[in-house]
Amino acid sequence: MATTHTQGAFERSLAALDVGLSRTDPPGFEATLSELVSEPAVGARLPFEGLGLPETVTLDPSPRELEEAVTGVTAASFAVAEYGSLVLPATEDGSEQVSVFCDHHVAVLAESDIVRDIPTAFSRLSEEVGEARASAIVATGPSATADMGELVRGAHGPKTVDVLLVEGL
Amino acid sequence: MSADRAETAARLRELLETEGDSVQANTAVFNRGRYDSVAELDDYEELKDRAREIKEDAIERLPELIDELTESVEENGGHVYLASDAADANRYIEEVFAERGAETLVKSKSMTSEEIEVNEHLERAGIEVTETDLAEFVLQIAEEDPSHIVAPAIHKSRDEIARLIEEVFEPDDPPETAEELTMFAREYLLEKVTGADVGMTGANFLVAESGTMMLVTSEGNARKSAVAPDTHVALAGVEKIVPRFEDLAPFVELIGRSGTGQDLTSYVSLLTPPVESPPIDFESPDVPGFGGSDAEREFHLVLLDNGRMAMREDTHLCETLYCIRCAACSNTCANFQHVGGHAFGGETYSGGIATGWEAGVHGLDSAAEFNDLCTGCSRCVPACPVKIDIPWINEVVRDRINHGRGEGFDFLVDGLVPDAEEGGPDLQKRLFGNYGTLARLGSASAPVSNWIGSLPPARIAMERLFGIDRRRPLPTFRRETLVDWFEGRGGPRVDAVDADREAVLYADAYTNYVAVDRGKAAVRTLEALGVHVRVPEVPESGRAPLSQGMLATADEAASAVYGALAEHVDSGGDIVVIEPSDLAMFRADYEHFLPERSFERLDENSYEVLEYVFGLLENGANEEALRTGDDRVAYHSHCQQRSLNLEGYTEAVLSRLGYDVLTSEVECCGMAGSFGYKSQYYDLALDIGYDLVEQFEQPGERDRIVLTSGTSCTDQLDDLMTREPIHPVELIAPE
Repeated sequence: MATTHTQGAFERSLAALDVGLSRTDPPGFEATLSELVSEPAVGARLPFEGLGLPETVTLDPSPRELEEAVTGVTAASFAVAEYGSLVLPATEDGSEQVSVFCDHHVAVLAESDIVRDIPTAFSRLSEEVGEARASAIVATGPSATADMGELVRGAHGPKTVDVLLVEGL
Repeated sequence: MSADRAETAARLRELLETEGDSVQANTAVFNRGRYDSVAELDDYEELKDRAREIKEDAIERLPELIDELTESVEENGGHVYLASDAADANRYIEEVFAERGAETLVKSKSMTSEEIEVNEHLERAGIEVTETDLAEFVLQIAEEDPSHIVAPAIHKSRDEIARLIEEVFEPDDPPETAEELTMFAREYLLEKVTGADVGMTGANFLVAESGTMMLVTSEGNARKSAVAPDTHVALAGVEKIVPRFEDLAPFVELIGRSGTGQDLTSYVSLLTPPVESPPIDFESPDVPGFGGSDAEREFHLVLLDNGRMAMREDTHLCETLYCIRCAACSNTCANFQHVGGHAFGGETYSGGIATGWEAGVHGLDSAAEFNDLCTGCSRCVPACPVKIDIPWINEVVRDRINHGRGEGFDFLVDGLVPDAEEGGPDLQKRLFGNYGTLARLGSASAPVSNWIGSLPPARIAMERLFGIDRRRPLPTFRRETLVDWFEGRGGPRVDAVDADREAVLYADAYTNYVAVDRGKAAVRTLEALGVHVRVPEVPESGRAPLSQGMLATADEAASAVYGALAEHVDSGGDIVVIEPSDLAMFRADYEHFLPERSFERLDENSYEVLEYVFGLLENGANEEALRTGDDRVAYHSHCQQRSLNLEGYTEAVLSRLGYDVLTSEVECCGMAGSFGYKSQYYDLALDIGYDLVEQFEQPGERDRIVLTSGTSCTDQLDDLMTREPIHPVELIAPE
């Protein structure tokens, strides 16, 4: 369970990145998520027991659905409080594509999955990615570029990111 | 001026006018970000130490790590190809395309792919290549080369990009703002991504034990390029391998900060390919499950040697392989800030570390193109996240260039100068490398030498022969040297028996023959604080030859200086140095020339003069013995002094004595010793100098007394400002 201190640091980091943070609990999950989602939306299955995505979010989308979707909903494995980073796993059902192709990314995060700093994150990543020979993205804020003369969000990836924190998970 | 010099000067002037402003504005943003961002890290120095340790170990064990990585990637189901050179790598990559029947490639930014010119190669084989990084995309349509390792189109302004896109694509509604331009590129490139057969990326790091690659990006194009097509080719230099997954951690916190000044870049991809994400079959747009592709993912890792294994065996170039390509050395470099990587770069790499890379992968000729733009100011050294001594690599390569490209003029100077170079360095370098001898001769023959030096015909001759720009005033030699003055006044005025400390004031050539007043002021200051001071004749530090890449001469100088000072140091005395570039020799560069113990002895017992004064005051010396005052001063610390982290001592002493201090913010004054005298670099040196002047000439600051710590800064400010700069010790010295 993340401490209050860690949660506070996470909140501040997200605010600095202009990433939205909403809180809910398992019973209120679908309703809160629906408020965050702009349609059309695509998603990847959530690994949290008892949490499913509403029907308005298309799973296993076609390429066209993926390209046309405004919102992509995926789970974050965990988050790094001091930087507001989200660890996004690359799964067989395309969570990596869902999180990068849409203009708006909503990341669902369990409250207990916030770690304090990068060294802590890397010992966890070492297990979940290194030892497991898996893949993940450490995403910090929306996609950004300054190549066209000033900072612009959404160069290739999402222009906006929301974190939906599920309490009690 | 020789034709070569005239050509260099013209080229630099052109870049100052066309690309300089953009490069300067953008690097300034990166630098501000870096300073703020590293200040937030509690353990910045520890992280750098850790990062360096990992790279040292990895390069040491490179052959076994290559084997381990190969095994890991193959276990994961990928292919590894160890390419000996560019042609070998390109041939393999082309084969991958041929075997897959692939015709289109989307590529994320990779300097290594620029190094092997893979685009040109594949295009010749009929493959359509699209750069998806926005800056690379701009360069691709402009048909230009990158001018920066991290921000390849840093030299282009928004307006230029807008014009370019309008010309190339002729859109109905041409994009103008940065937002519109970005969205235009996003749309255009998305089409390329969805139509691509193969995605290519570089790799910032590769983990031997797991076969994981780390890619640091902010746009997300690398993510798309790696997962949209079913085939992924990653190209990376062999030096990118680290042993274990955890080894990535320090680099994650260092790389963005060092490069663009971001705490963490938007995306750090940790891919262990072939990745589990399903490939997207865009040819079946309406089939669920990402087009339902049943293609197996294919992954090829091309590990590039191209000279790297030989660099590893090279004592001096080896450190280049620790480089994590963050470009902090470019951003922090005053010369780079003004002319950018199209001047300060070779066939591929640009900026401070580029000399090492170019010498290693493309050879000395490519390195020679721009090597002289490193003035050895050392501002890149504290900026480098793996603590590479970049100026040293540049001096070593300069030395090799000198000896590889002799100009046959040696007979002219051989009899005149005492340097240890056999053949090699051109006349201009040998002249500046022997500055100590010149100063001695100039002083001995003053005032005649000064008179000759002021005559237009003499200046024209000096410009033709040695490339000393006639617009730059020459130093005025003093007939009475500091050493003579000190002897003439009867030596020390504080007896050794009464003194707490004994110090040798190191009389460098400039202090001894030109800026004698700052030497006298230093003597008075130290004596007022109760120090027994001596000013013996000590050989030149070797800074002048070192900065011309005359390593043998610098090496001899180091031994001679140590020989002259060893007894004093061994008997517990201190060495006080006025000229910061000489102190930097004692504290840093001599490590390369002296036995370890000797280097440590000099290093531990040498002090910059204001650092020493600070120490004396902290230890109870009476500050009222010095000249206090509430004057407003504008202080420019010398670049090497700042790199040694000594700027604060001068500021602290001045504040303690009551002065109101404004400190300069520019990285460097643009002189760095001989640089601003050389006709090919004169305009550039001036351009940089005016940045410093501008800060000191702000309304409300024009009344400040200008203080500078180093010879070159003094010369530069003296030439560019109406206020005559003095050394801080001249301000605080009692009458």
